[in-house]
Amino acid sequence: MTIAPPVVRTAPPAASRGARSVSVSWMAWPALFAFTVFGIVPLFGVLVLSFSSWNGLSPNIPFTGLDSWRSVLNDPDLPHALWVTFLIMALSWLAQTPISILLGVFIASHQRYRNWLAVLYFVPLLLSQAAIAITYKALLDPNFGLGAGLGWGFLQQDWLGESKLAVGVVIFVVSWQWIPFHSLIYQGGIRQIPASMYEAAEIDGAGRVRKFFSITLPQLKYTIITSSTLMVVGSLTFFDLIYVLTAGGPGDATRALAVDMYQRGFKANLMGPASVIAVILVLVGLGLALLLRRLGGRDAAESQLEGA
Amino acid sequence: MTTALDTRRPGQTAEVPPPPASRRPRILQYNFLGGLTGWIWLVVVLVPIYWIVITSFKLQADYYATNPLVPSSPTLENYRFVLENHFVRYFFNSVIVTLGAVVPAIVVSFMAAYAIVRGSAGSRFLRSVNAIFLMGLAIPLQAVIIPVYLIIIKLQMYDTLGAIILPSIAFAIPLSVLVLSNFVRDIPKELFESMRMDGATEWGTLWRLALPLTRPALVTVTIYQGLQIWNGFLLPLILTQSPEQRTLPLALSAFQGQYNINIPAVLASVVLTTLPILTLYVIGRRQLLSGLTAGFGK
Repeated sequence: MTIAPPVVRTAPPAASRGARSVSVSWMAWPALFAFTVFGIVPLFGVLVLSFSSWNGLSPNIPFTGLDSWRSVLNDPDLPHALWVTFLIMALSWLAQTPISILLGVFIASHQRYRNWLAVLYFVPLLLSQAAIAITYKALLDPNFGLGAGLGWGFLQQDWLGESKLAVGVVIFVVSWQWIPFHSLIYQGGIRQIPASMYEAAEIDGAGRVRKFFSITLPQLKYTIITSSTLMVVGSLTFFDLIYVLTAGGPGDATRALAVDMYQRGFKANLMGPASVIAVILVLVGLGLALLLRRLGGRDAAESQLEGA
Repeated sequence: MTTALDTRRPGQTAEVPPPPASRRPRILQYNFLGGLTGWIWLVVVLVPIYWIVITSFKLQADYYATNPLVPSSPTLENYRFVLENHFVRYFFNSVIVTLGAVVPAIVVSFMAAYAIVRGSAGSRFLRSVNAIFLMGLAIPLQAVIIPVYLIIIKLQMYDTLGAIILPSIAFAIPLSVLVLSNFVRDIPKELFESMRMDGATEWGTLWRLALPLTRPALVTVTIYQGLQIWNGFLLPLILTQSPEQRTLPLALSAFQGQYNINIPAVLASVVLTTLPILTLYVIGRRQLLSGLTAGFGK
């Protein structure tokens, strides 16, 4: 046995490496198999189905070329769904980002009571979107909700029955759940800004507001891009919340892409057009992620890791 | 990088000796605007939660007669009503789905993460596997739900709990592999070397060296994925049909559809389904918080 090690070392290193990778490769197979069947195959599957007119029920899938694409692209509902998606995306970004940064600054300092406040902030993140949607549906009910009970006219509006109000409610509820998450990201970013930068600024006589705009914000550039990417790309997939809260209504006021896809596919049994919407959803998501990555000027793989 | 795991370290060191703490940038102190936002946000978060809890203990008749923000004559009637509506069954469905998906997902992800770290240098196959999972992070479940539905029908699993479990496993894999492989990569090479010298196989090294050293990351990832699956709504909605197969989020939505006028009962169902997670939060706050930001770990 004592002779064995030198013998092993005489083998070319590449060969021994190759042998080792063969001996571990099999460990990747179960994960690869599971993800291929339910992730990769469906990704191509949705493209294939977009050329069909499957009704979601019958066992045979008729392929009808570009019919579904033509019908969706000529449908005035598509620009509307895109507009609603964009509106929710932009307004929820506008609502969440400033508050998240302010809260991030607030909880970044190390006082104990602020840590406890942060613990309370995170509770909404633990709830399912279905539970949150149900709660707000009850709370905002014009006849039985909080407003009716308190007799406050302001709270007694038909929140989910009027188009503009319903969009506002969706944005408020999204912010209610997600602001804590983003403020946690900003907290991490703020704590990494070197204290010496602030000290230098103080010596130069900079005030608090000046320091915030000249140091904190520029230093948070990448954090802002990470958080914005998550908000923007994530907003494409808001489904549970909108579905339970408004089901896309009133009318089609909150019928964003993901809800539109569900309604076409699983309510109207038009899987072809629904698959077209799904393909558009993937393309828009990838496009936005790439755009934001370009803005950040960062290595693609790296921000992909963060985009998780 | 922005990570809850990393930031805790400077946080802790700053808390111990007073001088560094007082050297914290002054902008973080006396911040009127930040403080105002902080306290207002606390009210925004707590008022709905407070309202849910006190209302869930009111009789429906009292609910209309009393101030909605003042508790009155507490009763467990609503909870009894919710439990009579099969919520015990839905609870166990959720437990089965969550455990049935999380355990296999974490085991296969851990194995894949180990293989990717140990074998990538000499294997093009493992490098492509890694690339596939990275790309997988960008695939939203909503976008592929129609083919997943078709596959489940072809497997004759429609309307079973297994139909929810299998895609849940698959969609937990990319992020789990990413986070776990970052932690396996941190294990010093010398330890692997000495395991090899002792004649351990890769399989043995995985369980006896890598597992104990990555345990905190495994717990974090398990919690994160568990929460995602516990709260999952889309898969049960699309892949099941009969009331017996409902998981909690779907059951909540159905319950509200049926009894939407009975607000105290609806809110009791919300409290009841959230209680398990809140209990976990109270017990394992740190793990859960780092779990929520698992995507940013490293």
